[in-house]
Amino acid sequence: MEEKLLTQHFGIENLFKIDVYLKHSGYQAVKKALKEMKPSEIMDEVKAANLRGRGGAGFPAGVKWGFVPQDIDKPKYLCVNADEGEPGTFKDRYIMSHNPHLLLEGIIIASFAVGIHKGFVYIRGEYETIALRFEQAISEANKEGFLGKNILGTGFDLNVFVHRGAGSYICGEETALLESIEGKRGNPRLKPPFPASVGLFGCPTVINNVETLSNVPQIILNGAKWFCQKGLPKDGGTRIFGVSGMVKNPGIYELPMGTNLKDIIFKHAGGMKDGKKLKAVIPGGMSAPILTADEIDIKMDFDSLMDAKSMLGSAAIIVIDEDTSILDVLKVITKFYSHESCGQCTPCRVGNSWINKIVKRIAGGKGKKEDIDNIIRLASNMLGKTLCPLGDAAAMPILSITQKFRKEIESYIGN
Amino acid sequence: MSPEFSDRTKKRIDKIVARYPRKEAAILPVLHLTQQEFGHISDEEEKLVAELLGIKPIEVREVVTFYTMLNQRPVGKYHIQICSNLSCSLLGAESLIDYLKEKLGIELGETTEDKKFTLSTVECLGACEQAPCMMINFDYYGHLDKKKIDEILDNLK
Repeated sequence: MEEKLLTQHFGIENLFKIDVYLKHSGYQAVKKALKEMKPSEIMDEVKAANLRGRGGAGFPAGVKWGFVPQDIDKPKYLCVNADEGEPGTFKDRYIMSHNPHLLLEGIIIASFAVGIHKGFVYIRGEYETIALRFEQAISEANKEGFLGKNILGTGFDLNVFVHRGAGSYICGEETALLESIEGKRGNPRLKPPFPASVGLFGCPTVINNVETLSNVPQIILNGAKWFCQKGLPKDGGTRIFGVSGMVKNPGIYELPMGTNLKDIIFKHAGGMKDGKKLKAVIPGGMSAPILTADEIDIKMDFDSLMDAKSMLGSAAIIVIDEDTSILDVLKVITKFYSHESCGQCTPCRVGNSWINKIVKRIAGGKGKKEDIDNIIRLASNMLGKTLCPLGDAAAMPILSITQKFRKEIESYIGN
Repeated sequence: MSPEFSDRTKKRIDKIVARYPRKEAAILPVLHLTQQEFGHISDEEEKLVAELLGIKPIEVREVVTFYTMLNQRPVGKYHIQICSNLSCSLLGAESLIDYLKEKLGIELGETTEDKKFTLSTVECLGACEQAPCMMINFDYYGHLDKKKIDEILDNLK
């Protein structure tokens, strides 16, 4: 049985309440960090743990914290990305509904390390019940003295607030998220400047994903070396894999970083639904390039998937079976990105809706011979040519599907 | 008559505004409360929010039109939003969308004559392990099939 770092206590009834959480060694990490460690020691430990961002980009969290200038007289902010909009992803919903205080511990420790006194948790609008639960957790933590003024008598102050989104995929992109908290449309910003120096309200800002921050308490309690041993040396800890689609047992599976994809699907998630044959897998949320059935004998970590020209992303595994038409998959994917493009950049705004029109036309039996090459041309024109990664996020699955399943798409076009 | 927030909502708004260094940053939470109180956000509500936050009505409109959960038009008592994204569509969402249209006698984006149901599709709800799934107001329903949809809708008074 693999050791679980984040989900180990999920079975405990009412874990989301602070009195229950405290009975299961809750807030020990906060006590240790705030009372026994210097901020710089915390940052060094998290850096050494090679905790890579669980939102999708895989950027080392400790390094990100280190980018925040310390000699500045502006306030600094922490924004927690709980937007969880990447199709196929549902892990943060589990963390926040089962174990909100674990995330709060991560928030408190990260804020202490960076010298932050105000944090906003950006929760997607649809997660209303989770937002209410999280606000409850914040108010409990305030009452118990883990938030607010002079936390645990250390002189450290921190206030945390929930900020709910209102239905927008792009607001999971970090600069769009900042715009959204500032009360604007979620249009991503040009980078640089990066949020670490010019972020929320023009101030230095750390933006971390829910799962990333939820790993911090364990690193504080057990050390960086221990954390690396739970995963890979350059990619520490476990990962919460979310498996959905045509498997027997869809759900979350917390496993060591680097667990084989084939094992996740066939051992942990029970294999294919109704005994069907596997056709393809999207390994890291819908934006990740697709893998064919013979490409799934692969370690699920950031570097292995990058080597395979795919992406670990949010570790959301979507399983597609032999009965599914790849054109239907492409139709859903292109509809999604054309709907969610914010419209600022022409290649993404026009490219996505154009590709979607072509795909729908092929599905309607009116495909033309040049369609596939046009899709590839349009998608290639989005890759790397937009302000934010949405252009890439759309181009990657579209390109990989049209290239790897070209023959099947051609069969829908005919002569 | 122009809409007015209840005293209770006004107090909540004051507390929310105090969290941010700039008043207008409170617009999303305020719009959520506006929608909760008035059901939707039309020109009148936009003006109300603009005045409250010290911004122009057009700035409120810019935000309202960006976010899909903010309704510019009235919706029914129960807003059914069924996921049409990948994991749900792999497991048959499309036929369930057709079923709902037929059952309610409306197209997507429409409201039944008795104002009880509005039907929309929605992008990934973050509940893919329960695919196919839908949200009615803020409640999630998963592992749907036609029979389950019948039961769920029958229980909504």
